[in-house]
Amino acid sequence: MNNKFDIKNNSDIAWCPGCGNFLIRKEIMSVLEELKLSPQELVLVSGIGQAAKMPQYVNSNFFNGLHGRGLPPATAIKAANPQLTVLAFGGDGDMYGEGGNHLLHTSRRNPDITLFVHDNMIYGLTKGQASPTTNFGFETPVQNFGVFERPLNPIALAISLEITFVARVFCGHPEQTQEIMKKAINHKGFALVDIFQPCVSFNKINTHKWFEENTYYLKEDYDPTDRDKAFKKAYETMPFPLGVIYKNDGRKTFEENLHIYQKNDTPLVKRSTNLSNIKNEINKKI
Amino acid sequence: MLSKFENDVVIVLAGEAGQGIQSIEGILSLLLKRSGYNYFSTSEFMSRVRGGVNSTEIRISSQEVNGFRNRIDILIPLSDKSVDHLKSRLTDQTLVIGEKDKTTYKKSIEVPFSDIAKEIGNKIFSNTVAAGFICGLLNVELQLCKDFIAEYFASKKQDIIDKNIIAISKGHKIGKDLEQIKITIDKSKKIQKHLLLTGAEAVSLGALAGGCNFVCAYPMSPATSVLENMASYSKDNDIIVEQVEDEIGVINMTLGAWYAGARAMATTSGGGFALMSEGISLCAMIESPLVMHIAQRPGPATGLPTRTEQGDLNLVLYAGHGDFPRIILAPGTLEEAFYQSRNAFNMSAKYQMPVFILTDQFFVDSKYNIENFDLDNFEIEESIVKTNPDYQRFAFTKDGLSPRGIPNHGKGLVCVDSDEHDESGHITEDFDIRVKMVDKRKHKLKLVEKDITPPKLIGKENYKTLVICWGSTFNTLKEALEELENEDISLLHFSWIYPLHKDTFDYLNKADKTIIVENNSSGQMAQLIRSTTGFAIDEEILKYNGLPFSVEELKQKITNLINKEKK
Repeated sequence: MNNKFDIKNNSDIAWCPGCGNFLIRKEIMSVLEELKLSPQELVLVSGIGQAAKMPQYVNSNFFNGLHGRGLPPATAIKAANPQLTVLAFGGDGDMYGEGGNHLLHTSRRNPDITLFVHDNMIYGLTKGQASPTTNFGFETPVQNFGVFERPLNPIALAISLEITFVARVFCGHPEQTQEIMKKAINHKGFALVDIFQPCVSFNKINTHKWFEENTYYLKEDYDPTDRDKAFKKAYETMPFPLGVIYKNDGRKTFEENLHIYQKNDTPLVKRSTNLSNIKNEINKKI
Repeated sequence: MLSKFENDVVIVLAGEAGQGIQSIEGILSLLLKRSGYNYFSTSEFMSRVRGGVNSTEIRISSQEVNGFRNRIDILIPLSDKSVDHLKSRLTDQTLVIGEKDKTTYKKSIEVPFSDIAKEIGNKIFSNTVAAGFICGLLNVELQLCKDFIAEYFASKKQDIIDKNIIAISKGHKIGKDLEQIKITIDKSKKIQKHLLLTGAEAVSLGALAGGCNFVCAYPMSPATSVLENMASYSKDNDIIVEQVEDEIGVINMTLGAWYAGARAMATTSGGGFALMSEGISLCAMIESPLVMHIAQRPGPATGLPTRTEQGDLNLVLYAGHGDFPRIILAPGTLEEAFYQSRNAFNMSAKYQMPVFILTDQFFVDSKYNIENFDLDNFEIEESIVKTNPDYQRFAFTKDGLSPRGIPNHGKGLVCVDSDEHDESGHITEDFDIRVKMVDKRKHKLKLVEKDITPPKLIGKENYKTLVICWGSTFNTLKEALEELENEDISLLHFSWIYPLHKDTFDYLNKADKTIIVENNSSGQMAQLIRSTTGFAIDEEILKYNGLPFSVEELKQKITNLINKEKK
């Protein structure tokens, strides 16, 4: 593969053979290439987990931070320099569990960033405990009587939060997945792509075959701007709908709302401090 | 009987939260400073929005004395519980002035602020009447008062401005005509040009001058005023200010901002800072700059939310898992707060490590006049390089600092990782690289040494007793020692806490007796000094009831310790 986002030495990728992450990586790299982005103007941000290792394996700038904490730095990076393209990656545990509060509030800010959640319905890096999206009744070494918590519905949650672009894909379908990834990155505002992904090591129930059998694509005439219908789709299970489920182009982004960008779109990091303004501010105290 | 106050008068306003003590103080502070008086004020509050009793001490003096006094010369109670709340600070000389039902004390003078206000048209003007009264007592020129009120209420309707002018004039006349009180305090033209600042404002203006352009925080007393100040500066300056969902978000956002090339600061108190611990550790791992203001209040847990303490030094010293360097500063004066906050940004950018500015409620809420700042001979140093295609964020270099690049500034890529990483920023489990990276981070503390501000010695070099303090206790302790007039005692104040200055041991070892003064219960600075230098300080004067030390109690406690030695 000749892709400028490919890393020079990709023999030592820490994912299990057959992991859905390999597919997602390939898909995202071809989307980035297709969008004609440069590695220099791209920042991949992530927390911790198997999915959150993605930035390590893509040739670009990256900020691989703390577990659950991908969205706050991603928001700040975009705000400090809106000329950057900022993509956040994480798993279902990282983004829906540990980082849940940031997801809620990032949706309120609506920064122009894209969040990809590798949703394999299990904890991979910590070896097989339940995640917020693990199916009811699923037995693990910790949830040994079966999961009795209700699984989180990220799509319904995202629509309720008015996240301005909400999509679900299955990584086993590269063509459709790439198309939606592209739309998500091009969307102005906060976009969430929940990626169904098999975990070959710890999830023997939600397998590649299971996802194939239990998903379907939304029809072309489906209108993602209808929020009520989107909610209905969000609650459909077995089969789960795939595609852009909800979209709202009418909201201003975080950056657009920031006072400093109202009249001047020069990124904050390219501005210099004005000493006479500082003197004025100090002299107000006389 | 005539009450005379010469060179120094302590006026205390007390009343319920929401009654307007702060607005009286707001009027008085600028007005008195602009008329040439040395001004100091500090406030104590209950943790409630309405009711209770809060008080603000206002000190007007011929000399610049900015210590907290326990003594009250004149008390102006706005509520009937005020006298009782402050009874331990009232003396036979204290005058209580105000409305009849609120001034039940042996020496009192009735001034019906509310009735006068009602005559003007509304009880709401009583605060302005009271401010006018104090101005009258202090002989502030009436025209200055009127002009100031017009400016202060400029955003209000003309009717409101006019009535406030009447209110200040009526109050002024009563104060001026009062024959029972004679106050003689020197004024100076020089003071008119001074700045009048709170500790929070000094920290905030310092940050602004240091090039801070990104501020995030979660509101928490007593650190919120810095957030509000920065928000107010953002109207005319390029600053992004964001209130974040929680302190974990705050620290991670701050680090993201620095990564992209901003100069970011967060402000919090102990409880909020505790939530940031993991992020502090991330800061160390990705060698990010970070400036953090922590205004301490008494803990543990929610503690006394609106009170003061120096109890979080250990928290700040040890916060974050793993071994890594940091810088801790604790200003004792407004000047130190300004210059330290300003310099913190260059220093943090240069050494790529967190710089903590440790204040407390007493410090951030105290206000006094100081000379204007010197803004010459200072430049904002970004310490950012344009990257080459082969750029490595964590490159091993001769001087031990890896040049810091930011995304899309040059041809290189900027990769940072919370895992241990190689020079390029990618995950590694190579044991040799691990050791080299730990050593590289650790070595930065050595580089900092040449920048450490030495502790400040007040008094003679050949002291017998050395009194040691840090942070906010400086002004009060300095005044207490000046009043003791004992040439054998000197004061050593640390505004740079960690790493400790190399001369610390010599300063301590020279003394026959060492006494440390700390606003906490365990002598955290004494512990730090002992663990770093091996020197055990002889005596501790500790206070942890939630209030700052007063000049009077420090004089008493130091005298007791000196006398104990003599016996």
